[in-house]
Amino acid sequence: MRVGVPKESFAGERRVAATPESVKKLIGMGLEVVVEAGAGAGSGYPDEGYEKAGARIADARAVWAESDIVIKVRPPSHAEVGTIREGALLVSLLQPERDEVLPALLAARKVSAIALERIPRVTRAQKMDVLSSMANLAGYRAVVEAANHYQGFFGPQVTAAGTMPPARVLVIGAGVAGLAAIAAAKALGAEVRAFDTRKATKEQVESLGAKFLTVDIDEEGEGGGGYAKEMSAKFIEAEMALFRAQASEVDIIITTALVPGKKAPLLVPEDVVTKMKRGSVIVDLAAEQGGNCALCVPGEVVQRHGVTIVGLTDLPSRMGQSASRLFANNIVHLLAELVDGPQLHIDLEDDVIRPALVTHQGEILPRPPPPQMAPPPRPSARPRTAPAPEAKPAQRHIRSPTRRAWGTTLGGMLVIVALFVAGRFAPSDLLQHSTVFILACFVGWQVIWSVTAALHTPLMSVTNAISGIIIIGGMLQISSTLDAASVLGALAALFAAINISGGFLVTERMLRMFRREPGAAAKAGSHGGHGKGGHG
Amino acid sequence: MMMTEGVQTVAYLVAGVLFIRSLGGLSKQETARKGNISGIVGMAIAVAVTAGAWASHPGRDLGGDIGAIGLLAAALVVGGAIGAVLARRVEMTGMPELVAILHSFVGLAAVLVGFASYLSPEARAMERGIERTVHLVEIGVGVAVGALTFTGSVIAWAKLRGTISGKPLILPGRHVFNALLAMSALSLCGPVVMMEGTGGLIYLVAIALLSGILGVHLVMAIGGADMPVVVSLLNSYSGWAAAAAGFVLANDLLIVTGALVGSSGAILSIIMCRAMNRSIMNVIFGGFGTADAKSPTGAQEAAGAVIEISQADVAALLREAKSVVIVPGYGMAVARAQGAVHELTQTLRERGTTVRFAIHPVAGRLPGHMNVLLAEAGVPYDIVLEMEEINHDFAKTDVVLVIGANDIVNPGALDDPQSPIYGMPVLEVWKAKTVIVLKRGMAAGYAGVENPLFHLENTRMLFGDAKKSMDGLVTALRA
Repeated sequence: MRVGVPKESFAGERRVAATPESVKKLIGMGLEVVVEAGAGAGSGYPDEGYEKAGARIADARAVWAESDIVIKVRPPSHAEVGTIREGALLVSLLQPERDEVLPALLAARKVSAIALERIPRVTRAQKMDVLSSMANLAGYRAVVEAANHYQGFFGPQVTAAGTMPPARVLVIGAGVAGLAAIAAAKALGAEVRAFDTRKATKEQVESLGAKFLTVDIDEEGEGGGGYAKEMSAKFIEAEMALFRAQASEVDIIITTALVPGKKAPLLVPEDVVTKMKRGSVIVDLAAEQGGNCALCVPGEVVQRHGVTIVGLTDLPSRMGQSASRLFANNIVHLLAELVDGPQLHIDLEDDVIRPALVTHQGEILPRPPPPQMAPPPRPSARPRTAPAPEAKPAQRHIRSPTRRAWGTTLGGMLVIVALFVAGRFAPSDLLQHSTVFILACFVGWQVIWSVTAALHTPLMSVTNAISGIIIIGGMLQISSTLDAASVLGALAALFAAINISGGFLVTERMLRMFRREPGAAAKAGSHGGHGKGGHG
Repeated sequence: MMMTEGVQTVAYLVAGVLFIRSLGGLSKQETARKGNISGIVGMAIAVAVTAGAWASHPGRDLGGDIGAIGLLAAALVVGGAIGAVLARRVEMTGMPELVAILHSFVGLAAVLVGFASYLSPEARAMERGIERTVHLVEIGVGVAVGALTFTGSVIAWAKLRGTISGKPLILPGRHVFNALLAMSALSLCGPVVMMEGTGGLIYLVAIALLSGILGVHLVMAIGGADMPVVVSLLNSYSGWAAAAAGFVLANDLLIVTGALVGSSGAILSIIMCRAMNRSIMNVIFGGFGTADAKSPTGAQEAAGAVIEISQADVAALLREAKSVVIVPGYGMAVARAQGAVHELTQTLRERGTTVRFAIHPVAGRLPGHMNVLLAEAGVPYDIVLEMEEINHDFAKTDVVLVIGANDIVNPGALDDPQSPIYGMPVLEVWKAKTVIVLKRGMAAGYAGVENPLFHLENTRMLFGDAKKSMDGLVTALRA
């Protein structure tokens, strides 16, 4: 089966749906790969790289018309759809809600079209989730763009000429992009605060070292699928008051609020912009969906009231190399689900593939209702499946001699009672030996618990050696008459001797291997912090 | 040379104290070697004094006893030489086998001492009465424990070597079978006591045989993952066998040493069992890892996806990491990757990365096995930490490398009551930022339990031979 990788035709788009690395993986899956000449040039992947990875370079017509599977970044143009082979599989961002003609055109050519942006955000599909990959890049790039337009330092500076406070950054919306922006801004040294209507994000925001802002109204904004829902009027009012107050304090605002399938919510109206200091920067990541900022011009950088408003819509594309790599990996993971050797296997029951399938066998498929489920884990969140710290049973202390104190005490009492009974009947000799035996057991019990776990293997070999003391039993049985008992005794001595020499020598050999870090003696105190006293 | 009984008693006392010191020395790395030397000195004193006592035995004519002296000397020299060769030749990955086979020798020696004692003229000359009864019962018990230890250890040795499959052999009605074997072996002490002279020899042989079969059967029924417990348990038995021989010979040093070794093995078994959240009874009679213990696979299919990662990406992650924890398991020993792991550790530490090792008590096939392997490779013991020391630090760790370990890092042990290993203390690696699992393939661990760790979203799988992967990472990091 042939996979075609066309060059992106959208103006300014640098990304490409396959990299030489992903081509190798696709070929490894038994696929044949054709790449349009110059497809990767925009993101720094020359044609030779693809050829070296095993792909064939061809012209656009051949890629579109002769491939069984076409993988792409942006939605195809109507002209491109016209050249695609009938019955082929198209994998790409499609955004059918923006272009109503496109699904019909695809259906007319009996194309099975998978809209990457519709892949549900469930655990299994995370590795195919291009929206998350791209949002991550966009969030990072938003900070880089903000830094580019901001005329001050991000991190605090202490210089001979004076000290500079850190830049203050407000991130609105703590989804994948928002969290990436928070992390990038923190890394540059800025003071970061973030707002999100979903309370669950608080922990993630704080784990990145940012301050989580709240309003006094208690309303949960979790809308499922990793997005927020629209909030009540009262809530929005309180939210606006918060932003207005923040606007006079912060230097940079990054907005990332999207509600799926709807125009982006207006979060930064003109009066908030006017409250901001001159030279401040707003980066609107929702520009493509109309923008969170009232003054945002999609695709452009504008100055309003002395504030630079960045409305660029091609942030992932500006990081073409990394973006292509992540995108290509997402596609490889998706194709791995669909391709089974030489067969294409599109399962209409599959709960990841079906919602993403826009057209199939000449028909436009209705979008299935989103399954009712608990909010799925978001890519940057800690996994849900890992045990929560408070939910787990406390890990027990293994090395404790006192854990079953009651059992030990009871056992000891039983032994004493047994000794009393034995004392009544048994010969004194036996009693005397029993006393020695029990005392030795107690001594052993006390001594062995203090042995460090690291030396348990040497402990076993040294006990091997000293249990060879049975040699004296064998020796004492050898008598001058050389009878059967002598021979058996000598044999016992022989085996015991193996134990003694073998046990001690191998213990010595092992213990010589245990080395302390050279020069560690000087800082023995410092590593005692994470070890038990005995290790220091 | 005359040797009074007083001198002998004092010498035995000194040897006993030295043995206790040799075990106590192992509580710290710094004193461990001194401890071993104490043990050697104690053993030398005990053997020398016994030899002296033997030579000064009334009626011994040293000039005329060339045969007996030769026999004794030959036994000591040959045994010592074999032991020395074994100790020199053994590879550290083969330590479990060596320990197991040495247990079997103690068991065998105890059986031989029991028989020798039964056949010796002194025993034959004993009058009927309570003293003789006690003595013969002691012999019976000693032979039984010795034979059990001997055959059990031989089977454990063969299983560890892979000569016998590690799968548990489960016979129908095996508990009844075990009970019958034990009861009949013990009840055979009756006829041994009843028979005059050495007439009960045949019954003593029967005791040895029955206990031997019991030993074989008990260890055959135990799965590969439980080997650490079995080896420590046999360690314990070898001690009890020595102690039983001490009772037979009325020798306090043997009793003391046997008791020390016996409790040592018992404690190790307890630690191992706690580390698997199972009772000793469950290990011995449980037949773990059998089909009925597996949880149904249906529930796991939903989470069945894993994310692979390439060597280059792991190297990139490691380059960025400030803190790395390595969790080795038996797989590292199998792949003989410890040397490469050490090299990776060195490379990372040269770059200023904090590298530490997290050792689970049951990692490997022997208590403390991982520590020995890492020590052999040259990893300083300061950075090798126990589970309880490091479990709190995972949240502050950037990258965890899990090398050939499975069950000991299974989060199901904490949150999935359906999991067969639920309740077992585990290393909480998933709290780290990224977990890299090095595995040969997607097989379940020895316990046959599905591991949800592999499907967590901060987990990446690096498939392939652990040694090759490690070498690749070192090359990538040095580049």
